[in-house]
Amino acid sequence: MIDSILNPDFFASVIRIAIPLTLAGLGGVFSEKSGVVNIGLEGIMLTSAFAAVAGTNFTENVWLGILIAAIIGILLGLIHAIVTVTFKANQIVSGVAINLFASGITVFLSWLWFHETQIMALKSLPIWGFKIPNPGEVSPLVRSLIVIFAHHSPMVYITLFIIIISHILIFKTPFGLRLRSVGEYPQAADTLGINVISMRYIAVLISGGLAGLAGSFLSIEQAHFFVKEMSGGRGFIALAAMIFGKWTPIGTVGAALLFGAGEALAIRLQGIFTIPVQFINMVPYLLAIFVLVGAIGRATAPAADGIPYEKEIG
Amino acid sequence: MNKEKIQKGNLFFSIVEKVTPIIAIIGALIIGSIVILLIGEDPIQVYKMMFGLAIGNRDGWGNVLFRATPLIFTGLAVAFAFRCGLFNIGGEGQVYVGAFLAAYVGFTFINFPAIILIPLTIAASAIGGAFWATIPGVLKAKKGIHEVIITIMMNWIAASFTFYLALLYKAPPTEAMRMAGVQQMIPHTSEIVEAARLPRIASILSKINIQFPAHNPLNVSFIIAIIAAFLVYYILWKTSLGYEIRAVGYNQTASEYAGINISKNIILAMMISGALAGLVGTNELMGYKFRWRQDLFTNLGFNGIAVALLGKNHPFGVVLAAILFGILSYGGALVNIFTGGKIPRELIMVIQAVIVILVVISDEIIKRVILRRKAE
Repeated sequence: MIDSILNPDFFASVIRIAIPLTLAGLGGVFSEKSGVVNIGLEGIMLTSAFAAVAGTNFTENVWLGILIAAIIGILLGLIHAIVTVTFKANQIVSGVAINLFASGITVFLSWLWFHETQIMALKSLPIWGFKIPNPGEVSPLVRSLIVIFAHHSPMVYITLFIIIISHILIFKTPFGLRLRSVGEYPQAADTLGINVISMRYIAVLISGGLAGLAGSFLSIEQAHFFVKEMSGGRGFIALAAMIFGKWTPIGTVGAALLFGAGEALAIRLQGIFTIPVQFINMVPYLLAIFVLVGAIGRATAPAADGIPYEKEIG
Repeated sequence: MNKEKIQKGNLFFSIVEKVTPIIAIIGALIIGSIVILLIGEDPIQVYKMMFGLAIGNRDGWGNVLFRATPLIFTGLAVAFAFRCGLFNIGGEGQVYVGAFLAAYVGFTFINFPAIILIPLTIAASAIGGAFWATIPGVLKAKKGIHEVIITIMMNWIAASFTFYLALLYKAPPTEAMRMAGVQQMIPHTSEIVEAARLPRIASILSKINIQFPAHNPLNVSFIIAIIAAFLVYYILWKTSLGYEIRAVGYNQTASEYAGINISKNIILAMMISGALAGLVGTNELMGYKFRWRQDLFTNLGFNGIAVALLGKNHPFGVVLAAILFGILSYGGALVNIFTGGKIPRELIMVIQAVIVILVVISDEIIKRVILRRKAE
């Protein structure tokens, strides 16, 4: 029984489920490290999931579709930045508005352009990596490694690249130091000549772009179609992953993999035991709550997270 | 600058501050008209149709108030929690659980008389919602876990859980369905008994000889919603519990020094907030469809947030904002039908989102202007 669960295919699917959570979670890391809470990630993912399919179908090029999805994500990030950084409005409220907007605009445009609310993606990305060898052709270990790591959508490798870049950017560069200082103690950063406003803008735009990529993976690569509300709370699960990962890229990836494992395990257990599908569907959300309960006490948010920066007058 | 002029200016801006929702509504309608123009329709015609059909006659008004009723409940829920400094984004899930519990009571206690069963069913919907909101409340109060993510997760869990329960308590197929050999498309429970149903407003009005279309869905739940608004006002501003809740929302540290039990107030605020959201069950379930169905509620929790913001988190503001959203929602649906689907009804959701953004932005701008003037 263990064999039928913990086989290479299982681990490969864990990675695939974790990709959108990782990308959106990294978006959350950038944004919150700079001091801006972005619960609009959910809506950005949804809008970009739509944009990716619409873009792919209109341009007949998947890569352009994904690019369009990322740009749409950045634009929604820009709205969040204008509302919360420039106008210093409540960050949760702005995020809620983006989510509301996303639910509306995606269905609105679906009706308008495609006359239905489920849109097939006409193209998808090719698989990159090695062909899966037949059993017996190579050693089982090599075959397993290929299945798990080297037979994926290009987006998987791109995500790996983004994880490494994010880690280096945040912890090893002057940019990262500024980013973190703006989220920890903006007054001090400002005194040192760091432009708090523009740092926060950059961070929120990055988070929008990453959530956009996450959304395009959901529609183009996981489902091969867009359907309304398809993001299904993954933007929030990504935020839970970010918190469990202590606001670090590597930690967030680890948490996203944990969520991926939970979901993949639930799906496989369903084939063995008769568990109502509704309970399987609950797993990611229950896991997120348990993880947050477990993260308490050790998790430390950036000190100025969620607080608009007010330059002191006089 | 002379003092008198400043005072006059302050008065002007303090009035403007009160009417930022109106600025936001106008701004959102303008943005909406740009969208309508882009589709190639005439915005003035569309708006004329939207408002004309929605509030041009009694039937329209009835439908508007019927759609406003659940939004009053969820709007009050959000506003109440917000007064305690909490974001209850879980209205959706609280509605599901509350309404399901109400349905369960309504189709289980079939021998109870109406005088007992109606209050019992109303209580069930409030208790279901309160229970679902208490979980994030306790996690927030005892563990300090942010309520936003938890309430969202609870929404999805509620949706799956009630779906499971709906299958468990699925209504037996009707004779016609058995003959045709078909299943329920969307699982739904049996109907609640007559004695658990709320009367329609039309049937009450006809007794006092007021003309009102009999098919209109407006029911007694609207009156319950108005009573709830007054109750929220009373609790928040006339009781010591309300005073404490507002104090916690205003300044948690100061409240703690003043001897207020923070976690007790957080849990109570979430509980009451959830009960308000759960009461949505009185409208769609006890007053309209009489059976629980998965697709009975859509986006009520999230629209409640918009309603609360637009109503400035004040119970009476919430009622007005909910009525406005009722007009938009009913008018939008009719426009969709009468233009043959040329203008998707989701345009309304976009307009609602824009309203939210414009309300918070204009609030911040006005606040800043006033602060600067005070500094001068």
